[in-house]
Amino acid sequence: MFAYLIKRLLLMIPLLLGITLVSFVVIHLAPGSPTEVQTMLQPKASLEAQQRLRELYGLDRPLHVQYWDWLQRLARLDLGRSFSPDARPVWDKIKERIGVTISINLLSMLLILVIAIPIGVIAATYPHSWFDQATTLFVFLGFAMPGFWLALLLMMLFGVYLDWLPLSGLTSHFYERFTTWQKIQDLAYHLTLPVLVSAFGGLAGMSRYMRGNMLEVIRQDYITTARAKGLPERTVIFKHALKNALMPVITILGLSVPGLIGGSVIFESIFAIPGMGQLFYQAVMARDYPLVMGELVIGALLTLLGNLLADVSYALADPRLRTG
Amino acid sequence: MATAARHREFWARFYRNRLALSGLVIVLGLFLVSFLAPWLAPYDPNYIDLGAMLMPPSPNHLFGTDPLGRDVFSRILFGAQISLKVGFVSVGLATLIGVWIGALAGYYGGWADNILMRFVDLMLCFPTFFLILAVIAILEPSIWNIMAIIGLTSWMGVARLVRAEFLSLKNREFVQAAQALGAGDARIIFRHLLPNSLAPVMVSATLGVAGAILTESALSFLGLGVQPPTPSWGNILTAGKDNIEIAWWLSLFPGLAILITVMGYNLLGEGIREAIDPRLKE
Repeated sequence: MFAYLIKRLLLMIPLLLGITLVSFVVIHLAPGSPTEVQTMLQPKASLEAQQRLRELYGLDRPLHVQYWDWLQRLARLDLGRSFSPDARPVWDKIKERIGVTISINLLSMLLILVIAIPIGVIAATYPHSWFDQATTLFVFLGFAMPGFWLALLLMMLFGVYLDWLPLSGLTSHFYERFTTWQKIQDLAYHLTLPVLVSAFGGLAGMSRYMRGNMLEVIRQDYITTARAKGLPERTVIFKHALKNALMPVITILGLSVPGLIGGSVIFESIFAIPGMGQLFYQAVMARDYPLVMGELVIGALLTLLGNLLADVSYALADPRLRTG
Repeated sequence: MATAARHREFWARFYRNRLALSGLVIVLGLFLVSFLAPWLAPYDPNYIDLGAMLMPPSPNHLFGTDPLGRDVFSRILFGAQISLKVGFVSVGLATLIGVWIGALAGYYGGWADNILMRFVDLMLCFPTFFLILAVIAILEPSIWNIMAIIGLTSWMGVARLVRAEFLSLKNREFVQAAQALGAGDARIIFRHLLPNSLAPVMVSATLGVAGAILTESALSFLGLGVQPPTPSWGNILTAGKDNIEIAWWLSLFPGLAILITVMGYNLLGEGIREAIDPRLKE
């Protein structure tokens, strides 16, 4: 197992290098250099800003030298300084927001699993039943529903008309004065809509996937054997079949990470949640290049870590992968 | 004869599938709406009427008006043109890139395959939406840039599909026969392998149009897509969000348009998939 982990970690390095290279090249080769845009937007600060930019990127040097330089700084977690007036280090800005984004994504993954697995299993156990057909309809709706539109509809229903849930933000006023229990309640109250919305897209995919897996497994010989032994259907489905149908779900969860992280840009800006996504949106709108670049790298790193986690859990669950 | 028979079978299966047919009807309807928008729209989509700001739906304005008094119904009709354009151009680009990369990797194998497929893995690891936003931050947000960027970030699935098809086809007898007759690589790829791998590409392209429309609407919603005054479903929804407490119609109708459109392409894509290979339907 240890050797497998090491192998996986080593494989991540070229991928991360590749991702930084692509980001770097995309940002640098696109028409219009960062300095131009920056000075265009801030005519007053043009000289100073240009100077700072040239220092940051070393734009006068060849691209490969710049990239190597940037990589060396990255190794020390130095992502440069933000262009915004406070000029704080990019990593500091990301650090204080990354927790919120990861928590919301983990919560929505959990929600996806808790809802999608039973749906998929029941739909597969009773194919072509009314439940299965309702699931199919739900899946098609889920695939076609733009997440931000669902967010708007839910905001309208629960935030405006029913007035049950807050429209935006992560905490209420006077949050600091709350007791721990009140703080938890307040957070839950604010996070309900964002987590629901960000889970919705994955929900459709996962339940359909789960249904397909389950149908596949149920057809196999060992399930027939289990039934032939006279085991109750409940045991066959939930003990024998479910275990094997769950395996590929781990991989799908890993694959859903980039989508979730990408989606956080939309949901965090709609619900005004101070996370990485909102920061990224602000960085993009302000054309804060070091921050954009830093977020790209951290976002890709999170994706890679998610995939790694998925692969490692898969290997833990399936001994064939560890040894072979 | 085989081709004609296969086509007949395909259509027979397709027509029996009610969901696929409704997908086709929706997609055809969208084409009609896009082309006929100038005649169907009761108002000029950009006509500003400050005397009729944020009017709820009424016989005069079926879907109400926006904060500038523009007719939402007309704007949604014209927004269909944008969706159609974005869907087709970006998916066309993605398909072109994907087919090329997949064909090269699948046909030549070896190190070319290795490098190309590692590149595909890499692109799949990207939080693509982040990358798209970052590029738009550098370029100006415009419909052409958006189509290009969506196309450049969504070709990986097609590449994998085509590669897999090529791998399974390239050692078949008809290809060996062509090689024995002295056909060059280009001829084998374009005349023999590619036409036989097009079916799954068609399916993924149809589903890709749905994805591209969703991405464009999200970008426009964030203000980084199609720029006003050009109407797009996404940027009408931005106004919906800004007026969420007073104007439900601004949020409801454009979203419904996106939902129905995307669903239409998805149903059509799934229908084509099942008609090509009925085993896929459990």
